[in-house]
Amino acid sequence: MQLTSRPHPGATVLVAAERIDQASAGEFLAALQAELKQHDPAAAPVVIDFAGVDYISSVGLRALMVIAREIKAGKGKIGIAALQPLVREVFGIARFDLVIPCFDSVEDAIAKLST
Amino acid sequence: MKVKFWGTRGSLPVAATAADIRSKIVAALTAANGRQFGSPEEIESFAEQLPFAVAGGYGGHSSCVELIAGGAEHFICDLGSGARPLGQNKIATHGPQRPQTYHVFLSHLHWDHLMGLPFFVPIYLPGNRIVIHGCHAEMEAAVRLQMSEPCFPVAFSQIAASVEFDRLEPGGTYEIAGVRVTPKLQLHHGDSYGYRFEKDGRSFVYSTDSEHKLNNPETAAGFIDFFRAADLVVFDAMYSLADAVSVKADWGHSSNIIGIELCQEAGARRLALFHHEPVHDDAQLDRLLEESRRFEEITRDGRAPLEIISAYDGLTIPL
Repeated sequence: MQLTSRPHPGATVLVAAERIDQASAGEFLAALQAELKQHDPAAAPVVIDFAGVDYISSVGLRALMVIAREIKAGKGKIGIAALQPLVREVFGIARFDLVIPCFDSVEDAIAKLST
Repeated sequence: MKVKFWGTRGSLPVAATAADIRSKIVAALTAANGRQFGSPEEIESFAEQLPFAVAGGYGGHSSCVELIAGGAEHFICDLGSGARPLGQNKIATHGPQRPQTYHVFLSHLHWDHLMGLPFFVPIYLPGNRIVIHGCHAEMEAAVRLQMSEPCFPVAFSQIAASVEFDRLEPGGTYEIAGVRVTPKLQLHHGDSYGYRFEKDGRSFVYSTDSEHKLNNPETAAGFIDFFRAADLVVFDAMYSLADAVSVKADWGHSSNIIGIELCQEAGARRLALFHHEPVHDDAQLDRLLEESRRFEEITRDGRAPLEIISAYDGLTIPL
């Protein structure tokens, strides 16, 4: 699992990559929380670019839920963007797409979350 | 060994409504599309091809599962409302005059898992022996309470069979009527316990009303060991994963996704989705099964396929 940030004037864009599973979900959550400490979620939407994520397990999804709650508690918005087809399917089966909005691209996410 | 499901619904028994039945008839006739049938056999054959939600249904009794272990004594997991048809079946099979021994394993003491006892006819027949196994200290008190005024008009003292209570320790292993039984503590309000049954190289795990928090790898590893190479795992799949970790967190139940992941890690052979959400109709349960099979397929990652079924009242699975 890798997590980096990408500068963007209208959003906090975080870029996740590789597998987010039992072994890496804790690290994923800690990295997300560390990144978000540096940003006010109410100031700009948080978009996680998932284009490089090829697998996410239930533990990884739970980490996203923890982060989504923290962001919503801070009056912010979060979206997941550019999911690979199989990962998008997992979000649908787990009903996570009903709780955390998913978008086709980072730009699409920023546009819709900024309204 | 075989496993037979007598009650598969979670929390509350449900029944198909008139609207449910009508929608099945409409769907079947729509599928027939004016076709003419020459015999009842042709109609049966056509019905076989319809989706399970149209030609059948999951039923609505609360938790009750029978393990048919091949010996003279009977094994029952939980006494939800499914215990009523189970009891009738036993009387029809063995008659009222031939005393039987029933071993009951209680996951916990909530009403949906106990409510069938007063309607389990074998308890009213002298000579029968009912052994209620469980790990809760309050087991006997809870069973007696539900058969007392004002909860129920027939008092526990009117039971004619002999009733024994056998307190088990989670993590211990017990030989009961030729079956090796291992209980395990699970996360649920007031605690619940899963049971692993083993005999002649076959294994069956009954694990319902069990929440998995996903924040402790050691806890997950414990369940993976408990499910290890099981021929059948009956698993609480009441909620979606999103609900289980958000709005329904701490409600004591789990999801299809977690059951699949644990069974994959454990190398289990077959998973039965169980403790169905009472608000789900047959079509929704069919869809959940289809999605669960798809999830297993896309996360298989080189492992042997895990067979996934959705338990329904009346289903029998050979192990």
